[in-house]
Amino acid sequence: MLYIKDLTKVFNPGTVNEKTALTGLSLHLAPGDFVTVIGGNGAGKSTLLNSVAGVFPVDGGQVTLDGQDITRLSEHRRARYLGRVFQDPMMGTAADMNIEENLALAYRRGQRRTLKWGVSAAERAQYKDLLHELDLGLEKRLTDKVGLLSGGQRQALTLLMATLKAPKLLLLDEHTAALDPKTAAKVLALTQKLVEENHLTTLMVTHNMHDAIRLGKKTGGALDNDRLLLS
Amino acid sequence: MTQVLLGAVSLGILWSIMTIGVYITYRILDIADLSVEGTLPLGAAVACFMITRDINPYLASFCALLAGCLAGLCTGLLHTKLKIPALLSGILTMIALYSINLRVMGAPNLSILRMETVFRPLARAGMSNSAAIITVGGVCALLLIGILYWFFGTELGSAIRATGNNQRMVRAQGINTDTMKILGLVISNGLVGLSGALIAQSQSFADVQMGTGSIVIGLASLIIGEVLFGGKSFFRRLVALILGAVVYRLIIALVLELGMNPNDLKLFTAITVALALWLPQGRELLRTFRKLLAKEGN
Ligand SMILES: Nc1ncnc2c1ncn2[C@@H]1O[C@H](COP(=O)(O)OP(=O)(O)OP(=O)(O)O)[C@@H](O)[C@H]1O
Ligand SMILES: [Mg+2]
Repeated sequence: MLYIKDLTKVFNPGTVNEKTALTGLSLHLAPGDFVTVIGGNGAGKSTLLNSVAGVFPVDGGQVTLDGQDITRLSEHRRARYLGRVFQDPMMGTAADMNIEENLALAYRRGQRRTLKWGVSAAERAQYKDLLHELDLGLEKRLTDKVGLLSGGQRQALTLLMATLKAPKLLLLDEHTAALDPKTAAKVLALTQKLVEENHLTTLMVTHNMHDAIRLGKKTGGALDNDRLLLS
Repeated sequence: MTQVLLGAVSLGILWSIMTIGVYITYRILDIADLSVEGTLPLGAAVACFMITRDINPYLASFCALLAGCLAGLCTGLLHTKLKIPALLSGILTMIALYSINLRVMGAPNLSILRMETVFRPLARAGMSNSAAIITVGGVCALLLIGILYWFFGTELGSAIRATGNNQRMVRAQGINTDTMKILGLVISNGLVGLSGALIAQSQSFADVQMGTGSIVIGLASLIIGEVLFGGKSFFRRLVALILGAVVYRLIIALVLELGMNPNDLKLFTAITVALALWLPQGRELLRTFRKLLAKEGN
């Protein structure tokens, strides 16, 4: 499914700020795997996921998804295969747009944007049902600006957006790290539910050993100072 | 006096189209685009050039819009492909257009006095000049508002709005943010070009200097519109832009009536905009201050 081979990323090469974030990292996910990678602050967790998502070009190695080499594919082209939830709860949604507009943007992930109306009535009904299942009362706030929601609500919404159109691979960047324990537990439960329902292949990074073991069917290992130590 | 007022309203309506263009970049895309200072005279130059060649003024105005789009494309490409900061990209286009505008007109200004314009047919039918401008400009502005309201509700329009909001999220949804920015700049400058064409026809000449300070005028109108008439719905906000541009012109007419030296106008506008830009923070300060006072009182 996902093959990461010898991935290397150096930030600001050739300057005093040169920082090797990943060195020769290799990882393999089979279809349906839920793999967790654990690591402390600055270990390169976000860098790993951002490399897979194509946020920046990598300096070496290869990323293959479902047999396709995506190493040089631009970020927006890869997006059609990927669902992403970010470390920062503000990152995954457009604050000045309302809930249904955000969902509608995600519903068309990887599709050409046309001159058709942005949100259809049929979609709206579907969004209501899905939001109802979140049990956060968001189904009544479809036209509220996302900026008005709490971090936890926004992260739950981002999660829903990432899975709205089932991705080949779901990338979770310690998406509960910024939430309080109760909300974090809720969002993690939701993660598990959505992943199971949609049979998603998932790569999650976290600094929380407990989460890593509980959620991951496999642990991909621990990131330590740019290297992946095998578990 | 009514003559002065009507003149101000008609000018405001023509400039409102430019204001809508500024709104698209400044508010929707979150980019301060200075190319408009060159695009406004570009639209004027193209329209006047074509009118002097006896080309239909409606067609000439449409070509001015297209020329504006091209200028926006240029800024967009500089910004996204060459990775030049948006502000600088706009300045580069603006400077380049200065030469191009001189080329188009063949001189620093071009008169179309007594030639056909989009306003003439109505004037011939017996309307006063100002009334004709208000009618044609008003229909044009309302039509544009309708089209933009529809456009920014579509999938493509939503993608542009989201790009001004959170680019990372937009890319994660498989949208090319570069394309969206270019598209927004193209539409914005197209509107500014059209506005320039209509302004030139209303005053019967194009001038290479007529864009100077136009970004500030656009911002002033935008802010006046938002503060006085703004609302929650997008449609309301678009209408507020037209009203804002008209009120701006009425204020200018008023201070001129009161005897302000026309040479001081730009200084006056700049100070107004600076104050208005500060306003949201100013209001915020006032609110916290009031809250504090209320607390003290309890
Ligand atoms: N854009 C960047 N420019 C320069 N250095 C960077 C950049 N992004 C990350 N780094 C550096 O690369 C290293 C790995 O960063 P990364 O964000 O991947 O860590 P992380 O494991 O996600 O940490 P955290 O738990 O704090 O999120 C860090 O030393 C960081 O300073
Ligand atoms: Mg991180």
